[in-house]
Amino acid sequence: MRDSRELKIYRKKEWNSKNLVVFLILLLGSFVLLTPLWWMISTSLKSTQEILQFPPSFFPKQFHFSNYIEAWKTGDFTRWSMNTLLIAVASTVGNVLINSFVAYGFAKVSFKGRNALFVLVLSTMIIPGFVTLIPQYILFSKLGWVNTYLPLIVPAFLGSAFNIFLIRQFMMTVPNEIIEAAFMDGASHFRIWWSIVMPLVKPALLTVGIFSFTGAWNDLLTPLLYLSDEKLYTLQLGLQTFKGSIQTQWNYLMAMSVMVLIPIILIFFLFQSYFIKGANLSAGMKE
Amino acid sequence: MKQIDTTLPKIQFTEKASKAAILPTASQSKWKRNITGYVFIFPWLVGFVGLTAGPLLFALYASFTDYNITSKMNFIGLDNYKRMFTLDDMFWTSLWNTVYYVIFSVPLTTAGAIFAAVLMNQKIKGIKVFRTIFYLPAILSGVAVYFLWMQLLSPSTGLVNQFLHMFGIDGPNWLFDPKWTKPALILMKMWSVGGGMLLYLGRMQGISPSLYESAELEGANSFQKFFHITLPLITPIIFFDVITSTIGSFQIFQEAYVMTQNGTGGPANSMLFYNLHMWNNAFKSFDMGYASAMAWFLFIIIMVLTVLNLKAGKKWVYYEGGDGK
Repeated sequence: MRDSRELKIYRKKEWNSKNLVVFLILLLGSFVLLTPLWWMISTSLKSTQEILQFPPSFFPKQFHFSNYIEAWKTGDFTRWSMNTLLIAVASTVGNVLINSFVAYGFAKVSFKGRNALFVLVLSTMIIPGFVTLIPQYILFSKLGWVNTYLPLIVPAFLGSAFNIFLIRQFMMTVPNEIIEAAFMDGASHFRIWWSIVMPLVKPALLTVGIFSFTGAWNDLLTPLLYLSDEKLYTLQLGLQTFKGSIQTQWNYLMAMSVMVLIPIILIFFLFQSYFIKGANLSAGMKE
Repeated sequence: MKQIDTTLPKIQFTEKASKAAILPTASQSKWKRNITGYVFIFPWLVGFVGLTAGPLLFALYASFTDYNITSKMNFIGLDNYKRMFTLDDMFWTSLWNTVYYVIFSVPLTTAGAIFAAVLMNQKIKGIKVFRTIFYLPAILSGVAVYFLWMQLLSPSTGLVNQFLHMFGIDGPNWLFDPKWTKPALILMKMWSVGGGMLLYLGRMQGISPSLYESAELEGANSFQKFFHITLPLITPIIFFDVITSTIGSFQIFQEAYVMTQNGTGGPANSMLFYNLHMWNNAFKSFDMGYASAMAWFLFIIIMVLTVLNLKAGKKWVYYEGGDGK
């Protein structure tokens, strides 16, 4: 009794009634947000008889890990995973390299029309993707790129407004003196961008990289539009067609879904701080 | 390492120029600087012309033609627009569905995100764990998540209705009842409240504690502190969030496509959203001219909404140091 009273003094105001209420709300909220994920895993491990049972059980009676193997075999999932990985890696490389290159120009080179062009970059953010989708499709089909990965990868190498903005925000904090000194030493702008500024803005690059990767991994629209050959399918597209072939085998469907989400969840836990940095960078934005 | 020659004459810089890297004029002329700048932004310029501005203009032109990829383009004036506003009932259905979705999902997710951020901003042990849990669903998306929600929302065996059943409530048929399909999608959207929450939290953590302390000295309670300090200071983020999520929600497509068996629009077309209707016109019936007219109309709607938001924002967005420019 006395011990706990002493502890209370040490932890200044740790558990007053307000904090307790907040804690309970957060606990309830966490429960609500995590239950769907639990349900997904639980369903993926149930037997085919058990998923039909009413009312549904919260815990699987037996863990049927074989569902995962069965589900994997129903489609060409190994190939689709490799395809998705290839596209996601390529578009991540493009996004990180090109957007930081362009951002350097906007942040550290004073050229004619720079500010007006940067306003133009920002204003393209409000253009809905669907407005340019049809002409882009026509362009890519005229180039003979339909049913190849080019329409999924090439745009990542041509800059994206939001990423340019994000990296530029970060580059603005690099002191100009460093750049001037390197210049006096005879380094070119390209050299300065590559060996001095890029390492200094690594957090921003990682943030952009992570968002590009997860974005490409989760994208259904572009593969759906451009890929018709099943050999070229991505996981999202494979999963979407897979649904038709086994209709309501929820245990298999959920097993598949878990496997598709695992890489994203892994990335999340590995790079959590960068997701948060990204949000804070955006939060620091003024008009 | 070469020693920097300190005997170089010091150059006076104007304030404007000093924002960029200042280069000794001897080593780089204005002309050379311009070239360098344009080399750096070149990839974006190509993308802007080839994938944004060009397509935008092409879509505008195509919207006055009967373009269908295979045959020649014929100029048909305003026919596509006439058809859109007067003949195509589905156009109005899809517009209404989309507006309904935007009107409910934007305020609900914004309010939810602010509420979650306020909770996360308290000094409680284990807050980092809570933050992780709340943010996790926000990064999960794509087909796997739509399947999960189709399962959660299934009328009899779904978890959502099982939960309601515990309180003696008969849950709706969600994705099978035209009245409940859009609320179902909004519910799914609410699951990813953590993304917005992080934005607000980032801003809130930058608010100086002394503001709260002086309010406490004057006897302000938690609610007063929120409405008089926190809320005004996060208005720039609310503003940014409302604009981007309005644009985003207006373009709802993937979830509707997956949850209505390849974009058929669901029961009584209640999930036929604007972009789904446009997609079907463009890539199922190859009515590219008509779809382009729809695309441009969407562009105009988004521009008008953004301008309205910007105008309204001038009234309620609070910037430290007065003017936000």
